[in-house]
Amino acid sequence: MENLLEVKNLQFSFRTYGGVVKAVRDVSFEVRPGEILGIVGESGCGKSVTSQCLMRLNPEPPGFFEGGEILYKGKDVLKMNKKELRQFRGKEISYIFQDPMTSLNPTMRIGKQIEEVFVGRKGMSAAEKKAKALEILKMVGISDGERRYKQYPHELSGGMKQRVMIAIALVGSPSIVIADEPTTSLDVTIEAQILDVLKNLQKTLGTSIILITHDLGVIAKLCDRVLVMYGGKIVERGSVDEIFYDTAHPYTKGLMHSIAKLDTAKGQKLQPIEGTPPDLFAPPKGCPFAARCEYCMEICKDMPPQTYELSKEHETCCWLQHEYAPDTDMRKKVTEKGEV
Amino acid sequence: MENTEKKQPLVQVKNLCKYFEISRKETLKAVDDLTFDIYKGETVSLVGESGCGKSTTGRTMIKLYNPTSGNVYYDGKDIFKYNHAEQKEFCKKVQMIFQNPYSSLNPRMTVKDIVGEGLKQHGMSTKDADAKVEQLLATVGLNKDHMSRFPHEFSGGQRQRIGIARALSVDPEFIICDEPISALDVSIQAQVINMLKELQEERGLTYLFIAHDLSVVKYISDRVVVMYLGTMVETAETDELYDHPMHPYTQALLSAIPEADPHKAKANQRIPIKGEIPSPINPKNCCRFAERCQYATERCFKEMPQMKEIAPGHKVACHLVEDK
Repeated sequence: MENLLEVKNLQFSFRTYGGVVKAVRDVSFEVRPGEILGIVGESGCGKSVTSQCLMRLNPEPPGFFEGGEILYKGKDVLKMNKKELRQFRGKEISYIFQDPMTSLNPTMRIGKQIEEVFVGRKGMSAAEKKAKALEILKMVGISDGERRYKQYPHELSGGMKQRVMIAIALVGSPSIVIADEPTTSLDVTIEAQILDVLKNLQKTLGTSIILITHDLGVIAKLCDRVLVMYGGKIVERGSVDEIFYDTAHPYTKGLMHSIAKLDTAKGQKLQPIEGTPPDLFAPPKGCPFAARCEYCMEICKDMPPQTYELSKEHETCCWLQHEYAPDTDMRKKVTEKGEV
Repeated sequence: MENTEKKQPLVQVKNLCKYFEISRKETLKAVDDLTFDIYKGETVSLVGESGCGKSTTGRTMIKLYNPTSGNVYYDGKDIFKYNHAEQKEFCKKVQMIFQNPYSSLNPRMTVKDIVGEGLKQHGMSTKDADAKVEQLLATVGLNKDHMSRFPHEFSGGQRQRIGIARALSVDPEFIICDEPISALDVSIQAQVINMLKELQEERGLTYLFIAHDLSVVKYISDRVVVMYLGTMVETAETDELYDHPMHPYTQALLSAIPEADPHKAKANQRIPIKGEIPSPINPKNCCRFAERCQYATERCFKEMPQMKEIAPGHKVACHLVEDK
């Protein structure tokens, strides 16, 4: 099937007083129709910036594109003017923000905030807009829509607010929804409810979802494919099963081992990834993970690793897969793929 | 576990209630009739959704709040009846690690002052205090150079370490950890958990661990207390609770844990839990979970269930369990 969205060699940086922060460094991926694509990584790894680039939501300046292209159905988002972007946002791709407590306007009624998406779209009467808003509220699991429509955000609980955020994102019937840590600030039981809502919407509406999270549990539950990001780069990508059961990058492996699972034995020590993420003011010359990697070799510090293909979907960016690299437990059967 | 039965508990919480009067007619029952014991050297976890009163419990136990009724005994003595000298001694024995490492450190103080403040308060000279701070920082994996820096110069994980060093400074016996890792990144969380465990082994610390991440709770604690809307619904040894949850709320809570394993996560049938946590203002005098419980009967809406011991150390407050 044709890709909905293709990101090629995207590079995005911010000019700050301290210098240029290279937030996204050469990232390429694609989004297919009807899939849930997970992006996982620690805070500051560039996952939010990458996804905000897709809608050009990062303030420019101080941010600027250093290179690359973002093709949505063949059209380059980076070349759109303001008017085109306005039509594009919300209608083609929409965004569910991280913190529902602060991303809703506290002075506007819920209904109005949902209908705001239609501003500037012609040919819709007020009654039609309201009907659409109520329909969407029902779809995200808010039962007494009529009452909620008139309420203000402070009258709603966190889970309800997040549902409203999802409603706002969906009301323009976009083909891609970007959900940026949609459940991070919520309790487990509410989190499970929200994840169900997302999954159902993807099933019934066929919307593609880009799910950004640092919670591997959420990824395991929902996603079809996963991108693992570190230090502004994609270090591993693959189907969810490949990432979890056939891990090929030391960082991904580190992440899996550092979390306490339900079946982790009491006496067993967690294996944290020592050290801290790299400073993106001066990103390391070689592999971004080299400084924290237990397998680090000389070459890792000097040269960015090549991409190796394990299967059609599964790629890893790590020198350990090179034919001259020593044999470790990370060694997989790979075919070399040129620099991506 | 017969040994612990005979031992005197380090901390005893008895019928603890903390109500907040919002207006003349409205009372927020944050903590309602909580009873549990903590023995020396063990880790007890308090779990529950946000707003269920777990932080209020922790804060009342360290005397940051005065309780509405009920008692907390530390080493057999009621902490709310301490005189001045005993109070000072209590401050030395009980410490707290706060949730948010970004807001719980004074931005205008250097690390040396933050960690050393308690020491000086208890009469240590500046020179001795500085030496001790240096030693403490080494314990938590920071070094001497960090002493004169300000909190903003540190990452979240490092700040949490400073918070831990501050709690350790007065050589406490009992530490209340109020969601110490929830503000940290996954790869950093493990570093902090390991450190807390090591410190416990070295110094024989006792922890009250307040958390909502149930996988971490299972890993770190000996016993778990599950709270719902200010009341205690179930308590048991960790393995017993995770293997045989009896209360419908505990069952739902455990089934909602997102597991980092795609096969298990997809096979796992979540027990649905209707709606959201109701308001703790003027709660009805019946089972607090009744309106969200799928097994609720008429009785659940009329009577408050009492805690009942169904196995050694395993207590549940549910009418349905009693019926069996």
